[in-house]
Amino acid sequence: MKVLVCISNVPDTTTKVKFVDESKLDTNGIQWVINPWDELALTRALEMKEDASNGIEAVTVAHVGLAAAEPTIRKALAIGADNAIRVNVDPKDAYEVASQLAQVVKAENFEIVLCGIESADHNGSTVGGMLAEFLECPSVTCVSSLKMEGGKSVITREIDGGKEIVSVPTPFVAVVQKGIAKEPRIAAMRGIMAARTKPIKVAEPQAVASLTEVKKYEMPKPRAACKFVDAENAGELIALLQNEAKVL
Amino acid sequence: MDNRKILNSGEFLIDTLEAKDVFIPEEFNEEQLMIAKSAQDFLEAEVYPNLDNLDKGDRELMSATLKKSGDLGLMGVALPEEYGGFGQNFITQMLLAEKVGAGYSFSVAFMAHCGIGTLPIAYYGNDFQRQKYVTKLATGEFIGAYCLTEPGAGSDANSGKTNAKLSEDGKHYIINGQKMWITNAGFADVETVFAKIDNDRILSAFIVEKAMPGVTVAPDEHKMGIKGSSTAQIFYNDVKVPVENLIGERGEGFRIALSILHMGRIKLGANVIGAMKKAINDSVKYANERKQFGVLISTFGAIKYKIAQQAIKTFTAESAVYRLSQDIDDLLNKNLAKGMDKGRATIEALAHYAVEAAILKVYGSEALDYVVDEAVQIHGGMGYSAEVAVERGYRDSRINRIFEGTNEINRLIVADTTIKRAQKNEFDLFGHADKVYAEMNSVSCGKKDGETYFESKRRYLSNFKKATLLIIKAVSKHFNFKLVPEQEVMNNISEMIMEIYEAESLALRVEKLDNMGKKDEIYRDILNVYLYDLADVIKKSAKDAINSLENAEESLNLTTAIDKLTTVDAVNVKFARRRIADRMIEANGYIL
Ligand SMILES: Cc1cc2nc3c(=O)[nH]c(=O)nc-3n(C[C@H](O)[C@H](O)[C@H](O)COP(=O)(O)OP(=O)(O)OC[C@H]3O[C@@H](n4cnc5c(N)ncnc54)[C@H](O)[C@@H]3O)c2cc1C
Repeated sequence: MKVLVCISNVPDTTTKVKFVDESKLDTNGIQWVINPWDELALTRALEMKEDASNGIEAVTVAHVGLAAAEPTIRKALAIGADNAIRVNVDPKDAYEVASQLAQVVKAENFEIVLCGIESADHNGSTVGGMLAEFLECPSVTCVSSLKMEGGKSVITREIDGGKEIVSVPTPFVAVVQKGIAKEPRIAAMRGIMAARTKPIKVAEPQAVASLTEVKKYEMPKPRAACKFVDAENAGELIALLQNEAKVL
Repeated sequence: MDNRKILNSGEFLIDTLEAKDVFIPEEFNEEQLMIAKSAQDFLEAEVYPNLDNLDKGDRELMSATLKKSGDLGLMGVALPEEYGGFGQNFITQMLLAEKVGAGYSFSVAFMAHCGIGTLPIAYYGNDFQRQKYVTKLATGEFIGAYCLTEPGAGSDANSGKTNAKLSEDGKHYIINGQKMWITNAGFADVETVFAKIDNDRILSAFIVEKAMPGVTVAPDEHKMGIKGSSTAQIFYNDVKVPVENLIGERGEGFRIALSILHMGRIKLGANVIGAMKKAINDSVKYANERKQFGVLISTFGAIKYKIAQQAIKTFTAESAVYRLSQDIDDLLNKNLAKGMDKGRATIEALAHYAVEAAILKVYGSEALDYVVDEAVQIHGGMGYSAEVAVERGYRDSRINRIFEGTNEINRLIVADTTIKRAQKNEFDLFGHADKVYAEMNSVSCGKKDGETYFESKRRYLSNFKKATLLIIKAVSKHFNFKLVPEQEVMNNISEMIMEIYEAESLALRVEKLDNMGKKDEIYRDILNVYLYDLADVIKKSAKDAINSLENAEESLNLTTAIDKLTTVDAVNVKFARRRIADRMIEANGYIL
């Protein structure tokens, strides 16, 4: 059985995001990392591979993006993925990402496909569902646990107030969230050395229409400073509430 | 870095490099950064959540944490592949040391294991010893310690009384004695013990296993800081050590001890960078949260001054650390090309740069003490509370000025070794010094019209070097090279030498960044402030030395020359520091 983990390359979650002309991310000084949910998916895939009874022969990671993302891909290889595929295109939206990934899955017959529930950059939460649709296979969302038992999937979904446990036939897409693995793994020295020689296959993109046009990005308004009013000045407080906050 | 000009140890005082000749931290490759990230992730996952428990002196927890870092392979970074390591170059080792350096007492335990605990065997051991011990030290299966210091033998390390006698059947050395202040004593499996065979004058080095009968470890010392690292006395009572556990030759122990300390010093120089960056991050975050007088304290000029100074010292120390790392890599590779064994090749490279190693140690440990001190100050009363990270950072920092050779001993090494090597004609210091001395009365600051920015900075540095040569010449002449009793004056010289190495490393880095198109004004602000301050440091050290000579006529001429050589253009340091601090404040942490 072959497992594919789809990874996106996102700014480190502590990044102070800035935009150029409200239309482009200012990439200056940004540290790029594997999207945290994808990293957990990868961790789970590796755990499953380590249990020989699951019969997983290889864990592959796939990324849709330009060569600048290769350090992030190699990080995934250092953590333990066996090989990687990069579709060489700068995708415009989730539809395009999912279309390109679908080609990858079809070409290599992956039976388990894992996606993170959302990416820490655009928070789209749509790639996994669309990908399953293109593949005409089941997709399971909000997955917090994934096991294979006797060749059958046992998947736990987080639902309002409880859990739902389902099984779907392979191939399937599981959109995973917190709980799928305890902690992301730290790349070990051996893995970092091995990543040097693990293959990253570069696939040419297929033509896909972009359905989305980003008009602009807006930053949240800075929080207004707190105003202090002396206890004796109730009048000032009332005036502020009436004229500035306009709540009275 | 092919075709780069490489200077021998100490030569920076009489020669210059171009920016392209130095390695700067902005040039780390992807793999190095990945290793660094793993170390940082390890601290976050395994060390930071456990600091309180570690600091309660939980030997088992520290030992288990060390072993986990071994599982990740971090302990094998510096070791050759044939002994279970990963054979990484020196720069990578230093980057790892920097990252681990943010790990409080874990850092001390880890560095002691990987450095002084492992390297005597890795560098000087024979193949049998390396196979038996280094392969296990590389993974953390064994933890290592280095036992040199004794109650009566600290800075004077060769004066130890621990004794080794060959057994009658010639199969064992019987070791008796006492060691103290031994890092990792509580859980180390393997110790390098320095002892004198029979009535030898010089130490020999032995591999002793903790499990050997007669080895007793005392309870841990109660310490000011790095409380999580185990430090204890070890007693040896008729310990039978197989003769094959002698490291190197009989009487080679002192040399081994010293070269391992050179390594320890350099690594300490990298270690403190990590600790400084951590303290700055903590400082800036707090300054960006704490309000007084209705505003954030990060808006106050006095606080900005502290943040700027913390950043300037850190950036400068870092520039010197990686500059030297590349030099060591290059010399090491040259030694390897000559067919030397990897261990010996490394040792020779380290010993060659002994002066620079001592500089990194002294400058780095004192910079860290400044940074953590101001970190506490920025936190006000909160900085005095054991609840905040900077309180621990403050206590943990202090040891760095004491171990791996006290800063007093290292300051002496800087001036003394430089002058001794020059006397042996290893480099032409006195040729240059004689020239400056002869021309002392006609010297000028040399300012030219139309100088570029970097030309003027290079001129300052060249003048500061001349000032240093002038003082070295005057002092050597005055005392007729009998300099051992003249520690105060030697310290003045050391101060100048150290500061020049650091400042020049900074200047070369800023120029290289500029050439690489990274024309951020913060770099020039740092360099401007540093050199402006340095002029006064050089002047003060020089004058202190001059006035110690009690030679009125020469004093006047020397002082006049020093004044000219330390003349620099004015800098609005208030605004420059504010700009530096504002960038940290905006980013909420150390950004360089
Ligand atoms: C936490 C900790 C961990 C340590 N870990 C180890 C370890 O793992 N292995 C090990 O072998 N040792 C270790 N040490 C010992 C350490 O290296 C010594 O403490 C250090 O070398 C100083 O020796 P001392 O304490 O005897 O001080 P002393 O040598 O007595 O020094 C006292 C003072 O005199 C000054 N002084 C001494 N000689 C001179 C001189 N010639 N000129 C001018 N000033 C001088 C010193 O600088 C210092 O200020 C450790 C120490 C500590 C505190």
